[in-house]
Formats: sequence, C-alpha cells, structure tokens
Amino acid sequence: MITGNFEYHQPGSIPEAVALLSKLGDDARVIAGGHSLIPTMKLRLAMPEHLIDLQAVKELKKISVSGGEICIGAMTTQAELIASDELHKAAPIVRETSLQIADPQVRYMGTIGGNVANGDPGNDMPALMQCLNANFTLSGPDGERTVNAREFYEAAYFTARDDLEILTEIRFPTCTGGYAYEKQKRKIGDYATAAAAVLLTKSGDSCESASIALTNLADTPVYCEEASQQLVSNGLGDDSVKSAVASAMGQIDPVDDNRGPAEFKRHAAAIILRKAIQQAWARA
Amino acid sequence: MSKQKINLNVNGQSVTAEAEPRELLIHVLREQLEITGPHIGCETTHCGACTVEMDGMSVKSCTIFAVQAQGKEITTIEGLGDPDKLHVLQEKFKEHHGLQCGFCTPGMITRAHRLLEENPNPTEEDVRFGIAGNLCRCTGYQNIVKSVMAAAEEINNPESAT
Amino acid sequence: MSATAESVQERRAALKGLGTSRKRVEDARFTQGKGNYVDDIKLPDMLFGDFVRSQHAHARVKSIDTSAAMELPGVIAVLTAKDLEPLNLHWMPTLAGDKQMVLADGKVLFQGQEIAFVIAEDRYIAADAVDLVKVEFEELPVLVDPFKAELPDAPILREDIADEKEGAHGARRHPNHIFTWEQGDKAATESVLSEADVVAEEMVYYHRTHPCPMETCGSVASMDKVNGKLTLWGTFQAPHVVRTVASLLSGIAEHNIRVVSPDIGGGFGNKVGVYPGYVCSIVASIVTGKPVKWVEDRMENLSATAFARDYWMQGKIAATKDGKITGLWCHTTADHGAFDACADPTKYPAGFMSICTGSYDIPTAYLAVDGIYTNKAPGGVAYRCSFRVTEAAYFIERMIEVLAIKLNMDAAELRAKNFIRKDQFPYQSALGWEYDSGDYHTAWEKALESVGYSKLREEQAQRVEDFKAGKTRKLMGIGLCHFTEIVGAGPVKNCDILGMGMFDSCEIRIHPTGSALARLGTISQGQGHATTFAQILATEIGISADDITIEEGDTDTAPYGLGTYGSRSTPVAGAATAMAGRKIRAKAQMIAAYLLEVHDNDIEWEVDRFVVKGAPEKFKTMKEIAYASYNQAIPGVEPGLEAVSYYDPPNMTYPFGAYVCVMDVDVDTGVSDIRQFYALDDCGTRINPMIIEGQVHGGLTEALAIALGQEIAYDELGNIKTGTLMDFFIPTSWETPNYETDFTETPSPHHPIGAKGVGESPNVGGVPAFSNAINDAFRAFGLTHTHMPHDHWRIWKTANELGLHADS
Repeated sequence: MITGNFEYHQPGSIPEAVALLSKLGDDARVIAGGHSLIPTMKLRLAMPEHLIDLQAVKELKKISVSGGEICIGAMTTQAELIASDELHKAAPIVRETSLQIADPQVRYMGTIGGNVANGDPGNDMPALMQCLNANFTLSGPDGERTVNAREFYEAAYFTARDDLEILTEIRFPTCTGGYAYEKQKRKIGDYATAAAAVLLTKSGDSCESASIALTNLADTPVYCEEASQQLVSNGLGDDSVKSAVASAMGQIDPVDDNRGPAEFKRHAAAIILRKAIQQAWARA
Repeated sequence: MSKQKINLNVNGQSVTAEAEPRELLIHVLREQLEITGPHIGCETTHCGACTVEMDGMSVKSCTIFAVQAQGKEITTIEGLGDPDKLHVLQEKFKEHHGLQCGFCTPGMITRAHRLLEENPNPTEEDVRFGIAGNLCRCTGYQNIVKSVMAAAEEINNPESAT
Repeated sequence: MSATAESVQERRAALKGLGTSRKRVEDARFTQGKGNYVDDIKLPDMLFGDFVRSQHAHARVKSIDTSAAMELPGVIAVLTAKDLEPLNLHWMPTLAGDKQMVLADGKVLFQGQEIAFVIAEDRYIAADAVDLVKVEFEELPVLVDPFKAELPDAPILREDIADEKEGAHGARRHPNHIFTWEQGDKAATESVLSEADVVAEEMVYYHRTHPCPMETCGSVASMDKVNGKLTLWGTFQAPHVVRTVASLLSGIAEHNIRVVSPDIGGGFGNKVGVYPGYVCSIVASIVTGKPVKWVEDRMENLSATAFARDYWMQGKIAATKDGKITGLWCHTTADHGAFDACADPTKYPAGFMSICTGSYDIPTAYLAVDGIYTNKAPGGVAYRCSFRVTEAAYFIERMIEVLAIKLNMDAAELRAKNFIRKDQFPYQSALGWEYDSGDYHTAWEKALESVGYSKLREEQAQRVEDFKAGKTRKLMGIGLCHFTEIVGAGPVKNCDILGMGMFDSCEIRIHPTGSALARLGTISQGQGHATTFAQILATEIGISADDITIEEGDTDTAPYGLGTYGSRSTPVAGAATAMAGRKIRAKAQMIAAYLLEVHDNDIEWEVDRFVVKGAPEKFKTMKEIAYASYNQAIPGVEPGLEAVSYYDPPNMTYPFGAYVCVMDVDVDTGVSDIRQFYALDDCGTRINPMIIEGQVHGGLTEALAIALGQEIAYDELGNIKTGTLMDFFIPTSWETPNYETDFTETPSPHHPIGAKGVGESPNVGGVPAFSNAINDAFRAFGLTHTHMPHDHWRIWKTANELGLHADS
C-alpha cells in the first residue's frame, strides 16, 4: 500500500501555512498527525499533490487554561491532552474521551485539530466539542474567524471550514459538574458503534445545565439540544431521562455497517446515552 | 519526485537517507538503513509490528513519512540492548515465553519499553491497555503481559528479582 | 535416595530433555530484532512485483492495456495470462486436484483475483504501475450463496470445466458442484433416526474466516542463469512440496531448485498453499534474470490467500429418552470459492470432517459433504487445526448442546453419558477412524470439579431469576466442550499431498566432540521446533539439548518432509526424530561394547551412557562414543555417527481436552465478557510444558476471535466487507482474558514417545466452548442455536428475537 507522489512542505508559522495553502489550493492537503490522512492516501482514496505538514508550527501546540476558558492548539496530540493535569482539572471529560480513541501509538501522533477538522463521523472529538460548546478558530487568506462546533459539521467529511482555511485552535469553557464519555466499540482501535458525551451540573437535586452530543450515529456528530433542555426542565428522574434519550434518538440516523444494522445501533445508542447520563449525574 | 536528504538519529547514530517525500519511515528504516527489526504487518495502523520510538513517543512507522521524521531521534528494537547485555524486557520475554513466531516481538518490546519509561509501576490492566496497539496472533498476550510485569518488577527491585 | 540415583537424576536434568520447560533457543534473535523473514531478504539488483487485481467478483476480462504502465520509468515488465500461456503457467494445479488461474485467463471469479503482475525496480514504482494498467471488464452475475449454486438461473462460474462430469473426487452433478464425499452408513443411520425416541436437528454454520498470521505471504525468487539454479525463499509451511510443485510447473529439474523457508511470522494454515504470487515471482525472475520479491499487503492477504471454514452443516442426532446417543447424520454444504484449493490430503476432499462423532460412542453415523464453487476467494485451509477438524468439533459440540436442550438434560451429564470409555480404546468410530487412546471421563470430571460446575449452574439459575425480576440485564453462559482431535497426518497408505506420502523425516549427525546437528522436513512458524525437537533428541541420545542444533526449511540440506500444519510436526517429525535417535543409539551401543570389551547385550542405556550390566563403574558416555566413532577403527562398524529416519506413522494421534468458559452477556448492548476460561488438554506425553501452555493461550485467543467476531464477509455483489484489520477482528491484549490451563497425560500407544501434538487443540476446542457459552446464556429463554460470529449486534439480535428487549 503505497501513496501517490506529492511534494512536502513544512511551514514554520500559521501565516506561512495559510499562504502556502492559498497558493497551492485544491492540490494541497494539510497534514497534522496524519493518522487518518496517510491510510487514506495509501488506499489512494486521496492523492494530494502537496502536503503541508504543520508539525513545525510551534504556536499550534499548546494547552492553556485561564479566565474560565481553555485554549488548545490544533497540533496538540491526544497523548498530550491525556498527560495534561491542568486540562484534566479544568475539563476531565477530555482525558476520558481521549483515552478511548484508537490505541497508544495513534494517540501519540493523532491531534485534536486533525480529529475535529477532517469531518469523519467516526471521530470522537467532534461530539465532545459540541458537548463542550467549543469554538474553532479558522485561519484563511481573509484572516481569522470562529465557528462553533455545533455549527461546524455539514455532512461526512464536509465542514464549515473552507478549503483554504486551517483550523488552528479550539476554545471552550472550563467544566464544572459531572461528565461522561461512554463508548461502545468492538475492540481497541475501533470507531464507536455508539458513543455519547454528557456534561451536567447540579443544583441541589435539580439539573442546572446539561449538554449531550453523540458520536458515529449520523453523518455528523449529533448535538442533542432538546434532550439537554429536557433534563434541565424535568430533572434526572427515570421518566425524564427516558424521554430525553428518546428525544436524542429522534435526531440520530445511523447506517448499517460491520458494527451492525441501524436498528441495533439505535438500541445500543440509547443504552450508552442512558449510561453516560447516569454516570455524569453520579459525578455531578 | 525528487529525493530529499533525511537526517535521522537512529539508535544513537546519526544517519542520512535519501527518500521521496512519500516514502514511509518503515521502508527507509528497513530497506535503506537495513534495520529490519520493525516489521510490516497491516499497513493500516492497526497491528503495531512497525512500532519504533520517535522523540520519546511510540509510533507506528508505517504511518509516518520519512520526511516527517527529519532530525528526530529514532529507537528501534536494535537499539534496546546488545547481544552481551540484553535489555531487561528482552530477558523477560525470553524467560516468560512472551513470544512465539517473533514477528510482533520487536514492536511489542519497543512499545513496552516506552510504557515502562512512562509508568514504571504498571498494574496488569495498565500493561494490557498500554500494549493494545500491538497485535499478536501467537501468544494470546498472557505471557507478554507477564513478561512486561516481570521487567517492571526487576527495574523497580533489581535485587529481589531472580 | 542413593548417591547413584541422585546423579542419574542430575544427569537427566542436565539433558533438558522431555518434560522440561526449556527456554526457547529461537528467542535470542527474535527479541533482538534479528529474525530473518522473507521481506528482510535483500539481494543485489532485486526487483519488486505487485499485482493488478480484480475489483469485480465475476466478470469477463475484455482487454488488458499495459502500455501506460510500461512507459513508467523503472517498470521492467508486466505479465498477463498471455505471457504465461506459452510456458503453460497461466493455470496451476491446486492441492485439491483442481486447477487455479495464476493470472486471469479471460475472466475473473473473485474480488481480488490476480490479473497482471507488474515487475519494477522498487515497490513504489510497482504500485504506481499497477494503477496504470487498464483492464476492461464485462460484469457477470455473481454467485455468493452456495445454496443458490445449482438453481436454474445460477451463473456458471468455471466455464473451463463446465462440461466435465467427473472431478478429482468423483461425480459432479452441476457445473458449480465440485464433489460429493460420503462416509458411514447412510441407510443404517436413516433407519436409526426414524426409529429413535428423540431426534434433534439443527443447521450449524461455521462461517468463513482467515488465518491472518502477523506476517503476510511472500516470496523471493532468484534464477541463476549461469548455473541453471533457481532459489526460492518464501513463506512456506511445506518447503519440499513447494519444490516439487515448482519443478513440475516450471520444468526445472528438482535438483536445480532450492526452496528456503526462512523465519515465518506465523502460519496457521495460511502458508500451506501455493499462490499465484510465488509462481509469478519465479517467472519474473526467469524472464528478467534478476531476483524478484513479492510480498502481499494485508488487504491482499485477507482477500486472496487462503480463507478457512465456510461449512454449512445440517445435523440430526438421535438418542434414547434417557440420553444415550444412537446415531448421527450430517450433510455439509462446503463453500470452496472459485477454485478448489483446499489443503487436504488427496483422498480427503473434506479433510477429516469424519471425526465429527467427536468424543462420543455413537454406533451409527453418516456424513456427506458437497463442495460448491462460488465467486469468493479460494482456500479452505486448516486454520490452526487439522484438516476440517475444527468444523467437525464445532458441529458435534453444538449438536450435543442442541440434543441436551431437546432432552431437557444437563449438557455436561449428557456428554459423560456418551463418552467413549477408557476401556474401549483403541476405539473404532462409526465413520472409520481408530482412536488411539483416551481417558475422557477422568479429564471431564477434573474439569468440572476445577471450575465448580454445579455452583456455576446454581449461580446461572439465580441470574435468570434476577433477570426476570428486572434486577440485571446480564445473562450468564456456561460453555462446555469436550473435543477429540485427529492430527498427525498421516499414514502413507491413505494420506498424501500431490502424491507425496505424508511421512516426515529427521537426519542426525553427531559431531566428534559430542554435539549434534539434526535436520527435519518440517518448518517452525513460532512453535519452537529448534527448542522442542532438541529435547526429544536429548532424551533419546543422551546429549544435552543445548548441544543440539535443529535445522529446518532449506530443501538443499533438510531431508524431504511434508511440512508443518495440522499439528503434524510432533506426531510425525517428532517420531522421526526419536526413531533416528534410536538408530544413533543402536550404533553407539556397538561402539560402546567394543570400547568396554564386552558383548553388545552386556551393556544397557542409562540417561547419557551405556553401562556394563552389573558393573555401574564401567561405562562409556555418548560423548566418548561420539569421539570414538570418528577416531577408532572398529571392526564391522562404519566410521562416523549419523542416522536418518523417514517415519510413516501407523495411525493418526487423537489429542483431546475438556474446556469450560464462563461468560456474562449484556442483552442490550450485545457485549460479552469472559469471566473464566479453563482449558484441560491431554496431548499425550508432554515435551515442553512451557511451550504447551503458550500454544494453548494462543490457540484459545484465535478461537475467541473466530467465535466472537472474526469473519470474511461478502456482500451480495461479492465485495469483501472485512478486508482490513479495522473490520477483520483480531482481539488486542485488552479484549483477551487470562486463561487457566490444566492437563491429563494419556500417551499415544503407537507414537515412539507417546506424544500427540497440541498446537491446534485450543482452537478446535476453544471455538465451541466460546460459542456454547453464548448459546447457553439464552437457553433459559428458549434459544436452541444461534450462528457465529457472536459479535455485539448478533448477540443483540438473538436477544431481540427472544423478546428480551420488550420492556427495556
């Protein structure tokens, strides 16, 4: 399995990378960790003529927490996300999710930017980012703009990112309360059969805020606004959780694949989501 | 496509290879540098037979272009011990029958090496989770896990170990 | 204990012979990355070959345009069937008496089939050139369901033999039909079934899967045109057979061909067959005059070389009301893919499927197997089992469970009631085998006691109550299995491959200083032959295993052998090793007697020496004898100390085992969790307990994979759906449990050292144990049988169909 030929570029800064991408246009692809892109290139499903490697762009590798906001550079790897105690204190759901991505070697190379930007519905980070209400910073020839994760995903591999833009950083508020990322998969290294990200805050016995998003159950991640709202309005009683789960299930559109038929995925997704809600509530 | 010079530090030695940008690190290691310990088992980043260490990370060298490794430090199984003084992991894999056909072994030991660098006191669960990016078809992993645990034990308590 | 006795023990221990958990001599190189596998071979001016493959499962090849590929700098040649035809190499014989296209000859019959072979300066250029070869197809209707193969509208796949009414295994009733193979007494069995108190029926499907060793298949061919010698390195489980086939195909005299199996990164049956890649690398080297390497990638491996299983086994089992089995009937529809390339002994087109009466004393039985062509890859290899034995074991161990349900009996009790008793061995089975030895009741009782069987059943019953009361969503399954294998093929009178009798061989040279070299016709793929064969020999000839080098895999030096698969190395080559050792000892006895100046009969063997009877202080060690054999003129005795043995086994060996698997099964997510796995193996005499245990761990893990998710699946157009390790399930360390191993030891009466072989037992017995656990979890809710693989969604589907999701 051999990729096509390409020319390799290694810009040292964001402006340099953006300029290169503008110049090379459709013939170029940006490579972050490469662990989705390189296998695709080996299958010759992608044959870019230019690869723009972001590894030398130092400002893309960072984790900072300040003023209630977390900012993560796009080239930060999953291993770095897992290792950061500061991040773990501020948003423990990130480590929980990252540990469920692929395997150790892939996590050393795989980046948060690559995971959220390529639009693969199997990736875990996009739903997490929707759950966290994250904003993505995109840099392009016309400067910087911000797109919220909940508006970013259009279809499988189609996102709000313009071809000439690079996703440079991710910002989201620090988390309080309970959290859970529950994922059913066939084995380590597999994409989710169904996965759910849940954040909940508690005030006394009532639910103050809730945020739910789902992975690999449609051609985009699924942010479940109505289900989240229902938990806030009706609390975490059995009936309320049941109806929130039912609402979320109304939004998904899984497809048949080797993980099973859509009917099974719907069932498993409901179970996984209920588990995630219960776990998050127990931790709230 | 023209070839580029790639400078690497492999197992403590500075080396230079020439490769097209699309040449994978595993191919440059195996075919140009004749470091044939790391193997190719799947080519889709699942099996881990090609695992090497790159700047302190365990990586699958079938999913990295050699040009991306420019200037980096690479350690392969060949860099872990030598015939006169095997690495403790190599010793323990022999002692506890942690290998059979040997094809996954270089990647497995290289991965276990990094795992123990980062977590010198792993539980069995830590080891099983930590080597889950390396497939083995022969051993059922039980003796691999035993070997890694025994190596950790010896590293931590060199005197008490047999 | 006397001082002498102690010293005998010490000397015995120093040999590191039979029964010792000797550390492996192979490991030094493997742990240091110094193994030498096929892709590690690098020769001057070596070229690289790569295949253009079919994306269609069934199509006519209208044209192949290689011109653009040929224009690419670095491309040396592109071979198609047209180029091979003048050499008569566009087709090749299969091990099953059929023939197979080396390169597509007018049509393609499965997705991934080889169409053209590109030869280029390196693998990068070859890959680019593959993309530049333009193939024009005309798609044909696709046949993927073997049960539709003989319908009036079925497409005819093998037009080359469409009119042939006779195949290698008798009459063919349809162009898509390969053979019907029958064993046992049909009329008697049908009569037993019609008169029985109880008959249980089930269709048991053992799905298509693949051995998928970590190393894929590959070869390097180097034709030395000056000396007329061809050297072929490759992933060959049977290097001598490859040499013979290569000679017959190429016309190169066999003495001018050297076949070498270097280190092999796992085989599991995948590397028994002869593949188009091997043939093309040879032709390419002959054409170019340069060495040519071919190594398949993982997708090619999964889609083109050697699937396993794909047996639809319709069963009927008859019994009395109180559970004594009276008859067994089985009809198997065997999906062989596009060419019959099964690696079975010639006379056994369904391998040893007729071991399907298992561990039970079943007086009457009948088996029929129909082989069918479909638009799938060829193969049908014995994936970590003797030929079709895992299919047979799975069939009978499922049928026993199905019968237990019908009788409303405990499945452990039903087994014990029907086991062949110890005093019945050697036992003649209804389907024609003579089981050599066994003690099934002892093994079974030990297994049940070790796991606390009755307590487990109590816990399971409580779990069912809790589930019904809404307290849990997890059921508990207890998977039982008592298997009997048939390995060590086999007696030359009825076992051959391409006409070569399935003997095996060992040649020993004792060096003057008392160390030794032994060469065998087998080849290790991880089993540790260099370690264990030296142990067999150490015990036989009294030289420490550490002083014995074992060599295999080079046909220029090793004696002819049939190779390593079907757990045959220990039963056949292990026996040859012991027998050759005994020849050494016999000669050594003459030398020792001469040196001790006594009659041959006045000395006796003791661990590592010959001792004068009644005078223990007078002796000659093997080391002394070895030296003498080279430096003394002994009347009537040739100098030197060498021996060779070609061993034709009088019978197969019949390892057996008792396995218990305990699982929790989540009815909502379909996730199963292995709580406990107990494996008792009886492989006869135990050569190296450490290696046996390692083999059991590995075989069980392969069984786990097969039972719980691993499959080669096709869609209705014949597209392979599980072509990468994302979808082809190989469990990681995380999904794999720890296993408990145990043993009993019932030696084979006909094997020189009583050993039976073990490498494949855990796969043969493991698959039914895992599958029975899943099935058993649902028994209380009315399930009789559900097909493998038991992955999450299929378990969920079973629960769903049983109505277990009604209120969730």
